[in-house]
Amino acid sequence: MTALLVTLRKDFLLQWRGRAQVVAIFAFGASALLLFSFAIGPDSLALRQHAAGFLWLGLLLASTLSLAESFECEMEEQALEGLLLLPASARALYYGKAIANWAQLALLGCALVPIMVVLYDAGTLRLLALFGVIVLGTAGLSAPGTLYAAMTSQIRGRQTLLPLLLFPLVVPVLLAAVKATSLLILGDPMGQVRPWATLLAAFAVIHWALGGLLFDRVVED
Amino acid sequence: MTKTSAQSRTPQALIAAGIALLLAGSFWGLFKAPGEIFMGDVQRIMYVHVPTAWNAMLALTFAFVCAVAFLITNAWKWDNRLEAAMEMGVVLSLLLCMQGAIWAKPTWGVWWDWDPRLTTTAVMVFAFGGILALRNAVDDPVKRAVWSSVACIVAFADVPIVYFSVKWWNSLHQAQSTPATVSKAFHWPLRINAFGILFLWAGLVALRTRVAAFRLRGELAPPPPQAKAERDVSAPGGAP
Amino acid sequence: MIAVAAAGVSRRYGRRWALSGVGFEVPAGALVMVTGRNGSGKTTLLRVLATALRPDLGSVSIHGHDVSREREQARRLTALLGHRTHLYEPLTALENMAVAARFLGTDASRPVLLERLDEVGLGDRADDLVQTFSAGMRQRLSLARALQQDARVLLLDEPYGHLDPPGFSMVDGLLQRLRRNGATVLMATHLVARGRGLCDRALVLDAGHLIYAGPVSGMPASQSDEAGLAEGS
Repeated sequence: MTALLVTLRKDFLLQWRGRAQVVAIFAFGASALLLFSFAIGPDSLALRQHAAGFLWLGLLLASTLSLAESFECEMEEQALEGLLLLPASARALYYGKAIANWAQLALLGCALVPIMVVLYDAGTLRLLALFGVIVLGTAGLSAPGTLYAAMTSQIRGRQTLLPLLLFPLVVPVLLAAVKATSLLILGDPMGQVRPWATLLAAFAVIHWALGGLLFDRVVED
Repeated sequence: MTKTSAQSRTPQALIAAGIALLLAGSFWGLFKAPGEIFMGDVQRIMYVHVPTAWNAMLALTFAFVCAVAFLITNAWKWDNRLEAAMEMGVVLSLLLCMQGAIWAKPTWGVWWDWDPRLTTTAVMVFAFGGILALRNAVDDPVKRAVWSSVACIVAFADVPIVYFSVKWWNSLHQAQSTPATVSKAFHWPLRINAFGILFLWAGLVALRTRVAAFRLRGELAPPPPQAKAERDVSAPGGAP
Repeated sequence: MIAVAAAGVSRRYGRRWALSGVGFEVPAGALVMVTGRNGSGKTTLLRVLATALRPDLGSVSIHGHDVSREREQARRLTALLGHRTHLYEPLTALENMAVAARFLGTDASRPVLLERLDEVGLGDRADDLVQTFSAGMRQRLSLARALQQDARVLLLDEPYGHLDPPGFSMVDGLLQRLRRNGATVLMATHLVARGRGLCDRALVLDAGHLIYAGPVSGMPASQSDEAGLAEGS
């Protein structure tokens, strides 16, 4: 447990140092949202209906940048190996990194909400629920994303391979998060947000467990 | 190529048997079995489609077993089989998607109808295809084997989640879906074809495994020859 | 007591065996020079002993702990100063030290860490980001970080590598101190003449094979001359 806290401290410190990069990633996400609206056209009704999809697509695209970034500093001077040799538990290192990535993605998601509201006229009064969906969805992105980012950061062709491996895996997250967000924006007469949120939670639990089990094999020789 | 004569001929026998069964079953299903009442002849694709579906799932399940076996035993044979099984799984899944499209167009007027099983299959094509791309990008054979086993396990664990989420997502929109199977009277062509495809892919996977093993021999150095040990001044374990 | 024992250690990279059948024993408290030409397997050997790499064949034990079965214990006893510095570029020297200290459970308070940095001559750069450091400074920091572990077996890969003459003296001093504390040190270096002066044992590698393991005095001459000329000391 203390190992986890030490890792978290290290990872949050690294994120804080790299905050300029996070701003750039946010800008990337925001410009993606802008591009999506150009792709649809100035049809306010259509934009509002698809706003949830755009938000999550934008966040998904931005996540590949954020996740890849999180392992840059670990691999450039083999710092991660240095920690493993101390010894430090690979599992603790994984969960620390995954939690830090989760926090950053959730922050990015929440930061993109105002952009969505303005560009697509897609606001909601149930803001707390919306942030809840973002927190659950990004949990599902972070776990497999951290595992694969650790893998791909060690090889060439990393920029293509991370999205290639991650995107098919997180289809359930995309489906469920978009559905839940859409219901929050457009109205949810039958109270269906909760089951979708449960699906997100189940996905996250399974992948956080799997990631912790398998991370050791990915970073150790 | 040295060992062909010494290696077993089972794969070739399997492939031959598979093709024979497939031809028999398809002939029966396509020409002999009566047409279905509501859908007519288009429905005959089920005689190939359903067996392909079973076998695609079987191939990917076998890949998953190989992945787990490799991580536990670290024996190279499981990695060779994993490579072959994943390729076969992707090929069968692609075939499945194509068959689905061929069926959907005349039936619903669209190439893709977002049927949960077919959509899950499409996602699997990308998921496992991505792992094959990963294998290509990693030079070190050990890393390649370990990572693709890890990725295979994660992707396979994801399959039921993908299926469930797509099914739920789709059920809110449309009622139609690809029929699960054909009625009881027509089971025999289905079973024959299922075994036909099974033997076919089992034989192909066995051959492909050999190819992978052969390539691995070229990538890994053979154990160091004993003769060199005599040159060592220090005996192993001897104190300086 | 035997600090490091290797038997039949072999490690391959694809089609090439970087180490072949390497076997030796190093008693506790020894200062061992590991030498050989470029590509002879020095770095690979040190990394295998440090458990950063697994041997494909053979076995290694550190103070009696087999590294494949008791990896964690072996890691607690060893510290590696490798070619890659194991540092976080976006963090300061002090923060890098603190991260390692916290994982080790040792004192991570500022005064203690500053003292350790002073030992390697980085006291005045404690709050500077590692990405502003030169190669020599990074090496010093990496050394300080490794020493924090208080390991029984230290594996140093070219510790003099990027250092200036004052740096050389610093490393010499640290080595003496480690000896007094009874630690075992295996040091890969090209500075053979310097190594002869400091070390009592030598391991000589050639194309992955161990061609000499014994007292420094008995080292094959051919290995030392060229390196000695190049170093000029």
